[in-house]
Amino acid sequence: MKKEGIILIAEDDEGHFELIKRSLQRAGVCNQILRLADGQETLDFLLVRGDGPKREPDKEYLLLLDIRMPKMDGMEVLEKIKQNPDLKKIPVIMLTATDDPRTIERCHSLGCSVYIVKPVEYEDFADAVRKVGLLLSVVEVPQISDAKKT
Amino acid sequence: MNKGAVILIAEDDPGHIELVKRNLWRSCIDNDILHFKDGQEVLDFLFKKSGRAKTDGNGHYVLLLDIRMPKVDGGEVLRRIKEDEELRKIPIIILTTTDDASEVNRFYEMGCSFYMIKPADYTKFMETVENLGAFLSLEGVRVPQINGAG
Repeated sequence: MKKEGIILIAEDDEGHFELIKRSLQRAGVCNQILRLADGQETLDFLLVRGDGPKREPDKEYLLLLDIRMPKMDGMEVLEKIKQNPDLKKIPVIMLTATDDPRTIERCHSLGCSVYIVKPVEYEDFADAVRKVGLLLSVVEVPQISDAKKT
Repeated sequence: MNKGAVILIAEDDPGHIELVKRNLWRSCIDNDILHFKDGQEVLDFLFKKSGRAKTDGNGHYVLLLDIRMPKVDGGEVLRRIKEDEELRKIPIIILTTTDDASEVNRFYEMGCSFYMIKPADYTKFMETVENLGAFLSLEGVRVPQINGAG
């Protein structure tokens, strides 16, 4: 992932967000990390609408997505992203407490990149996110162009 | 990753396949690895047309997919898998020498999980595959069960 790429973390739990951010940085990730606190904010950001922060055109984005969030859950966010012609390219990494096989199956059907069950133990959680960070250092991430320009 | 999940590798270069397998094992991957030397072989396996023995796996797969292969290339393999209602759930990681940004975009549009470029430098190649292996070996990574495949 290029250093200008932006990592979006859709996570309503502030403690989890801090742990994720720190662990990514410990793995050497120096990309900008943006927190989106619920599903609605995540979609508004990506669809460039509403009052909150909005994505910029022609940037690389990658999304770490929790499922259980207020206002709109992660599966609905995933579905809407993957149905959108401009946004569907965004790699979405599910990072969630849910380990139900049907949920795992559905997320893959909808088009998530990978699915990670959040480890319960703090150290294991930090280690898992660190390894996500190491993976991100060797993957290419597509640029999302501004729909309004085309 | 799920115990019993099988890593499918579609790669026509015999040197690369050895490097990939060796470095996955170095990062403590102990899942079975099945190698396919061209796109037709991997499609035959997944669409159950070949005589190859069924693996002991319970139908959980991840596919590492090269692009430039004889008979059927990686793009066609990806397209056909993602068109299938059941097989589309398989996470597919492109692992290729092609470093063209428009190809990166195209493959994410078609639904790959990640796009990874094989570095020309041997040490960096090792590191790339080790990072991938370290990520896949996480207990929290879950790949869905595919019914009727393999």
